[in-house]
Formats: sequence, structure tokens, C-alpha cells
Amino acid sequence: MSEPAQTERDSFARVEAGMKRRRAAERRFRFFGKCAVGLGLGFLVILFASIVGNGYSAFWQTRITLDVTIDEAIVDPAGTRDPALLRAADYGALIKQSLREMFPDVSGRRNRFALYGLVSNGANFDLRDRVLADPSLIGSKVALSVAADDDVDMLMKGHIDRGAPEADRRVKDNQLAWIDALEADGRIRSAFNLDFFSNGDSRDPELAGIRGALMGSIFTLFVTLGLSFPLAVAAAVYLEEFAPKNRWTDLIEVNINNLAAVPSIVFGLLGLAVFINFFTLPRSAPIVGGLVLTLMTLPTIIIASRAALKSVPPSIREGALGVGASPMQAVMYHVLPLALPGMLTGTIIGMAQALGETAPLLMIGMVAFIADVPAGVFDPSTALPVQIYLWADSPERAYVEKTSAAIIVLLLFLAAMNALAVLLRRRFERRW
Amino acid sequence: MNERASESDMEAQASQFMAENPERTSARRRPTEADAATYDREHRGTVGELRSEVPRMRCTRVNVRYGDKHAIRDVSLDVGKNEVLAMIGPSGCGKSTFLRCLNRMNDTVAGCRVTGEILLDGKDIMAPDVDVVPLRARVGMVFQKPNPFPKSIFENVAFGPRIHGLAQSHAELEEIVVSSLQKANLWDEVKDRLAHPGTGLSGGQQQRLCIARAIAIQPEVILMDEPCSALDPISTAKIEQLIDELRRNYSICIVTHSMQQAARVSQRTAYFHLGDLIEVGDTDRIFVKPQHQLTEDYITGRFG
Repeated sequence: MSEPAQTERDSFARVEAGMKRRRAAERRFRFFGKCAVGLGLGFLVILFASIVGNGYSAFWQTRITLDVTIDEAIVDPAGTRDPALLRAADYGALIKQSLREMFPDVSGRRNRFALYGLVSNGANFDLRDRVLADPSLIGSKVALSVAADDDVDMLMKGHIDRGAPEADRRVKDNQLAWIDALEADGRIRSAFNLDFFSNGDSRDPELAGIRGALMGSIFTLFVTLGLSFPLAVAAAVYLEEFAPKNRWTDLIEVNINNLAAVPSIVFGLLGLAVFINFFTLPRSAPIVGGLVLTLMTLPTIIIASRAALKSVPPSIREGALGVGASPMQAVMYHVLPLALPGMLTGTIIGMAQALGETAPLLMIGMVAFIADVPAGVFDPSTALPVQIYLWADSPERAYVEKTSAAIIVLLLFLAAMNALAVLLRRRFERRW
Repeated sequence: MNERASESDMEAQASQFMAENPERTSARRRPTEADAATYDREHRGTVGELRSEVPRMRCTRVNVRYGDKHAIRDVSLDVGKNEVLAMIGPSGCGKSTFLRCLNRMNDTVAGCRVTGEILLDGKDIMAPDVDVVPLRARVGMVFQKPNPFPKSIFENVAFGPRIHGLAQSHAELEEIVVSSLQKANLWDEVKDRLAHPGTGLSGGQQQRLCIARAIAIQPEVILMDEPCSALDPISTAKIEQLIDELRRNYSICIVTHSMQQAARVSQRTAYFHLGDLIEVGDTDRIFVKPQHQLTEDYITGRFG
């Protein structure tokens, strides 16, 4: 009678004794978990801080206000106001003249060039656009705000040390004096850098913009999404719902899984050999980039879609087949809608991967310097990650902030895509 | 004709067996029921009345194999018109597998082979030229776990008629949905929330929704695979009452683990054991006077 009670107490005591160790193990585990999350978040904060810290100034641009006399003798000597002639006129001379008027005591070829170098090479285009928009300005004097040269911009943003010896400084002493004079005159101000969002790439950092690369990425992703989503979903549905399970389908499954692990540059080589050399599609074009990235993302989306289809309870299929739906109707009406959120998640992961991919694009020529903004999928263009790589590789100081700014744009693009995915998932998500 | 012959053969065999082993069979007898359990445990042929006077479905020598496993051996059985046929037996005895042969749901199972003859209104549904889609419209099915589609109650019922093109207009479709829900005794509970998801109903309501979904396509036979196993007694009682009402218009095959349920709802009962159909007969007779020792063991609770 007393013996079972004794062992009962014994086992209680043992359980109690073990509890301390168990609780400690649990606390340790939680602590490690928190450490891991904290470490991850810390690095994320560092990453964002460094990118935003480097890049935010690229969204501001130093501008210089010039008083330009639009001399009819230079712009339109014939007086016809013919747009073709107006377009071809030498507006650079007007800009130079205006600078000379502001600093009449600058003499000598070398000094004059230094003076002209204060404003961007793009200034004459600003003036041309202004005149073309309103030819009645010819003969009058206008106040024109033009972008400052990148060195001036860097100086104003504090990236060039005034105290450094003149020989080590991009902005020389005489230029410093002119800039101070302009500033004292209230002619230098900082404005939102619209050019960054409206221009394509340029050799002049103050004119270089993200639009070309952004449009290139959008077109490329458009092609990728348009091809890979339907193809991958169709392949996944067929393999998961209709294909017989035999050696061939096993082989296909193994190969799809292997393809997901193939380095992306290999897909680039394939694209070069097949799409450009064999099908003679245009080089550097988003269509080829999209095709290559389609090949790259297909396995990812197929695998995610199959997993989503597998997670649909078989009772749904049986229910549909039980009321006499054909297998196709069962899939279309019941299985696919339930699997769609998972498929969309896989697609977004694939698209995000495609958006950040650089290596295969290098192989198909999307790494070229392309100043024009592409207007379609057949126009030559670059993509955002390639643009980041190109700018990071450029020697001018001003490209440092451009690089970070391009990364910010890329991340925002990514965030927008993910937000869209979350929205779509919410919209389609159904519970069973 | 053939069946009659085989039946009498079987009976002849059985009487011969009894004559040879009088002490064995008598030893199995329970003292209170002097003439129960005429056949002993080793007997594997089907005893009882496996044919119906007015058959809706007639199965002859149906065999099912999963790979090497012989899941069902030589089962011959009728499903009569306007009758409820209950299939009972211990787990894994093949009753669900047999049920799924009747609308060829086993086609969807990889590695499953079904042989034999299954006639629906005199036509072989196993023939290679038979399309399973219209077949399943004639032989509906209700599953063990309520599996309404994750759509509205209306859509759940409307899906079948819609894919089969049974309704010419939306009004007609609505009529089918309403009458199906009424027949399934669910209408009063859901009439105000037809647009709500079917998955939001209680388990018993979900199962009645599945029955409404099955009868919306006007089948001839309804197969029910343990329809009440996931339900509480009150929901079970409602479904049993419903089954009894549905019998007027349909033939119903129900697999159940509950012998009380079989006794309550069915007119005929078939007892399966390890892939063999052991005994078939009028429910009243099976539960009172089983002829086979295995049947008696099962219904008296000696195993199963």
C-alpha cells in the first residue's frame, strides 16, 4: 500500500528536479532566438542607414541661376523662327556669354574654361527647351536655373574639402571665388533633383538619371512575369494534377529542382547563344533579358506552385470529382483558386530574384552605356542592378551618391512589388 | 439466372460443410439462439441474399488490388431501388474501397486496379468506353469528412448543376439550389445566409450541405462513406432521418462503423471482413439471426 505512494513521490521529485534544467534550456533557446533576430535587424539597420545616408543627397541638386540674354543673332539669325533651325542653334554660346557677363574680369582661355565648367553641359539643352517652348523669348533676357557641374555640387554638399591643397582639389581656387560670389549673389540654391528621375544614364553625373535603368527593369520584369507565371503555373498544374507518376515525370521533377540551383550566369550564356546568336534577337534589349530571367525564375515558381497545389486538401478534389466535375473543372474551379496565394508568393520571390539579377544580363549586353530611355522591349537598355554596378564603377565622386540613390530606388521597387503581392494574397486568400 | 445458380451452389456447399463437421458448427452455436451462425469462421463465400428483386446496381465478382495487395476479393452484391444498403465491418475490411468502386472514384488512386462487372441499370460502368464524369453525376458521393468547397453555400450546391448544364437560367439554378437544400433539411437553417461561406457552418450542417450538393445533380444512387463519423449524436440523428427521407427517391449505399446506425437506417446490410463480403441480408434478419459466425462475432461485439 505504501510502496506505490513512495514511488509516486519519487517520480514527482524527479520531475521537479528536472524542471530547473528544462526551464534553463528553454530560456537559453529563447535567448539565442532573440540574439539571432536582433543581429539580423541590426545589420538591416546598418545597411539601410549607410545606403540612405549615402544616397539621400542625390535627390537634391545644386542649381545656378543665370541671366541669359537670348541673342537673336546667335539663335535665329535668319529670323524665321523655324523650329528645326532653333533646335540646331548654339545655345552653349549664350550660356558662356552670360557667365562672362557675370565675371567680366576673367581672362585667358584656361580661366574661361574653368568658369564655363561651373555649370553643367546640360545647361544649353535647358535653354534650348525653354526657347523652343516659347520662341517669343528670343531677344529678351531670361533668368535660367541650370544644374551646377557635379564638382560644384559635391563642393556644396561638403564632399570636397576647401582646405585641401589646390593641386589635390577638383575645384580650383579661382572657381571657389566665383562660387562664393554666386552664392553671395543668391544665385546658388539646392533643388529637388528631377533630372535624376527623368534622365537616362550620362557621363556627366549631374545629368545622369535612373529612368533608363528603371524602365529597362520594368520592361524586363514585364516580359519575365508575362512568360514565367503562366508557363510555370501550367507546368506545375500539369505535373501535380494530371501527369502520371512514372520515371519520366520523376526525371522532370529532379531536373526542375536542379535548374533552380544553376548559377544565373549560365542562363546568361544560354540566352546569348540561343536568343541572340540563333534567334538573332536584338542585343541589350529587355525582351532578351526577360527571356533569360524567365528561364531563371521558372524553376522557382514551378516548385513554389507545386508546393501550393500539394497543400490543397485532397478532400476538395474528391468533393469536386464526386459531383461529376472533370479533373480540369476540379482544378480550375476549386484547386487553383486555393493554391493561388501560394503561387503568387512563389512568383513574387522569383520576380524579386529576377529584379536583382545582374550576371545573366551582363552576358546579353544589358551592361552597355545607354543614355536613351527605352520606349519598348526591343530598345537597348540596362537594368537597375546593372546601373548600380556601372555607377559604382565610375570614378567621379558624384556617382557614389548616385549609386546609393539607385539602390534606394531598387529597394523601393522591391518593396512596392512585395506590397502588391501581399495585397493580391489578401484578396485571393481563402480558408478551408 | 447465373446468380441464382451460384447462390444455390453456395448453399449446397454450406450444407455439405455442415454435414461434414456437425460438431464444429454446433460448438460455435450460442445456446440462446439455437440456429444462428450456420457458417463457421473459415467460410469465405458470401452467405445470405446478395441479389435484390429490383436492382439499381449489380456487382459481380468485383476484385480490387492496390499494387500487390488484394483489397477486395470476388464481391458480388446488389443495390436495390429505393433501398438503403449499409456496409459494416471492421476497419480495413474493404467496405470503403468497394463503395468507391461504385462511382469509380478509385480511378483517382494511383496503383489501384478494379476488375469485375458493375452494372448500373443494366449497363457496365467498368467498360473502357464509359466516361466517369456523367457516371459520377448519376452516382453521387458524400464523404466521411464534410468537405464543402471554400465558397458560398449557394455556390456549393450550384456547382454540380452548373458544370453539368442542368439549369437553363439563373432562376432555374436558384430553384435547384433551394429544393436541394430543402431536401437536405438544411434550408431553414441557411436560407438567410446563402452567400456566406459553406465552411462557416457547423460539422453537421456542412455534411448536410454536402448531401445537398450531391442531390442537386439528381443522381440515382448516393454513396455515403461514414457520413456521420465526424458528427455529434444530434447531427447524426438529423442525417439519419434525412437518409430515410431520401430513400424514397434514391438508392443509398452507406458505409458505417456504427451497427446501431446500420440497424436504424438500412433495409439491407452487408458485412465485410478482410476484403471478403461475408454476409448480406435484410437488416432485420442480419442483426437478429446472422448466418455466419464472423457476422455474429462482429455484431455481438466480440471484435471490431
